[in-house]
Amino acid sequence: MPKITFIEHNGTPHTVEIGVGKSVMEAAVHNNIRGIDADCGGECACATCHVYIEPEWLAKVGLPAAGSQEASMLSFAAVTQPDSRLSCQIVVTAELDGLVVRMPEGQH
Amino acid sequence: MSETQTRVVIAGAGHAGGSAAAMLRQLGFEGSITLIGEEPIPPYERPPLSKAWLKGEASAESLALRPAEFYATANIDIRLSTSVTGIDRAAKTVSLGTGETVPYDFLILALGARARRLDIPGIGLRGVLELRTAADADQLKAALGPGKRLAVVGGGYIGLEAAASARGLGAEATIIERETRVLARVACQQLSDFFEAYHRGQGVTIEVSAGVAALEGTDGQVTGVRLTDGRLIPCDAALIGVGAVSNDEIARAAGLACDGGIVVDLSARTDDPSIFAIGDCTKRPLPLYDRTMRLESVPNALEQAKQAAAAIYGRPQPAPEVPWFWSDQYDIRLQIAGIPFDATQIVVRGDIAAGKFALFHLAEDGLVRAVEAVNASQEFLGGRRIIQRGKRLTPERIRDMAVTMQELAS
Repeated sequence: MPKITFIEHNGTPHTVEIGVGKSVMEAAVHNNIRGIDADCGGECACATCHVYIEPEWLAKVGLPAAGSQEASMLSFAAVTQPDSRLSCQIVVTAELDGLVVRMPEGQH
Repeated sequence: MSETQTRVVIAGAGHAGGSAAAMLRQLGFEGSITLIGEEPIPPYERPPLSKAWLKGEASAESLALRPAEFYATANIDIRLSTSVTGIDRAAKTVSLGTGETVPYDFLILALGARARRLDIPGIGLRGVLELRTAADADQLKAALGPGKRLAVVGGGYIGLEAAASARGLGAEATIIERETRVLARVACQQLSDFFEAYHRGQGVTIEVSAGVAALEGTDGQVTGVRLTDGRLIPCDAALIGVGAVSNDEIARAAGLACDGGIVVDLSARTDDPSIFAIGDCTKRPLPLYDRTMRLESVPNALEQAKQAAAAIYGRPQPAPEVPWFWSDQYDIRLQIAGIPFDATQIVVRGDIAAGKFALFHLAEDGLVRAVEAVNASQEFLGGRRIIQRGKRLTPERIRDMAVTMQELAS
């Protein structure tokens, strides 16, 4: 199964496995990783599963399409950056094995 | 007593109870956690029950809050199909339906709410359904399909979402609402009008100002809803969605303060310092509105789960959140930030006819109290920030689409 590393705001890394077809948000929630709230359960309705994509992964993960629901939600997530994504909208593929994402200071 | 010996018992394994257990472990709590739930399955997401689950677009696995093996991995002792029947506050124990007694140092009541029952003839007929649990949703799903007729008693969110899902499955749907409009208790007139028009456009029949006299049936199976004006709405299944009541019985029996819900403070603590209560069963303070209220929402359950976990683990309380709600019907996403207490004016931003707009509820002095956003996530999120910060806005600026939500919220 693909491995994904979540780095907490304080620098603590957590590497977990998740099946292809699941979302990056589910990888965090299934493993009870602190820092991903995911209030709405993956409906792209709350912007509380916000992550920053590590630079070397940005090309593979991509950015949300302009005008998409995700882009719209992200524009109001806490402390967004150019490499911000909502992790519920990133579907895990074999290609994303090894993905590293960082978490913001807070989701609210 | 060292922290590793602290015993936390959570009564209720819904979204609130399951999240409180997980959050305690996230914080680093190493004591014992016993999570006790009446349903036969581990904590799951309820919102999809009236939406994706009903339409067959979600699997049981995807409904689960966390995978089944999580509880063992996190050393959470989960007891399913088990009810908590009483609390002995002096002995600090809870009694279970199995006859066991379980001691606690901290007890979290996450008892949820149950569907309000209508006391009318025929309520016990087969095919008269409610929608709170996955088991309820399975029954409803089995009753829907092409050519089936669903009668929905109650035009609240659950009723509207179920009607939308029924239409998606090719069933006919009739919504029967006692008030003069759907969503009468939870939304403003403009929003009710919008949803009524949209549902009618999707082929749903809506009867407002319609009382229900009885449910009628043949051979024990419901065949129709008899209205108080004598008309009969024929149906193959009737969904009753007329609100919910707090499951606060064991709290009341134990002498905890209750007032249409278990009364808690901003750390989700009851008037017994060892007992917390979270989620739909609580009557909680709303500091932004200077009121107390019972909220039925996932964000509320999660916020209170965080509060209780922080208090038990001795961590600072999280900042109070703006209450929020969402509903998906057809291709409409409704997101609501705040509650329109003390609002005297409603300002429309966007185009109602185009199905993309937000209704800003302002108090006399321009203070934004609530934003109801239809297919308008920016307005929802911006609204949430504006409410959090206690900003005042003028109707002119809100209406002006040349002013971005970022500008309005900054």
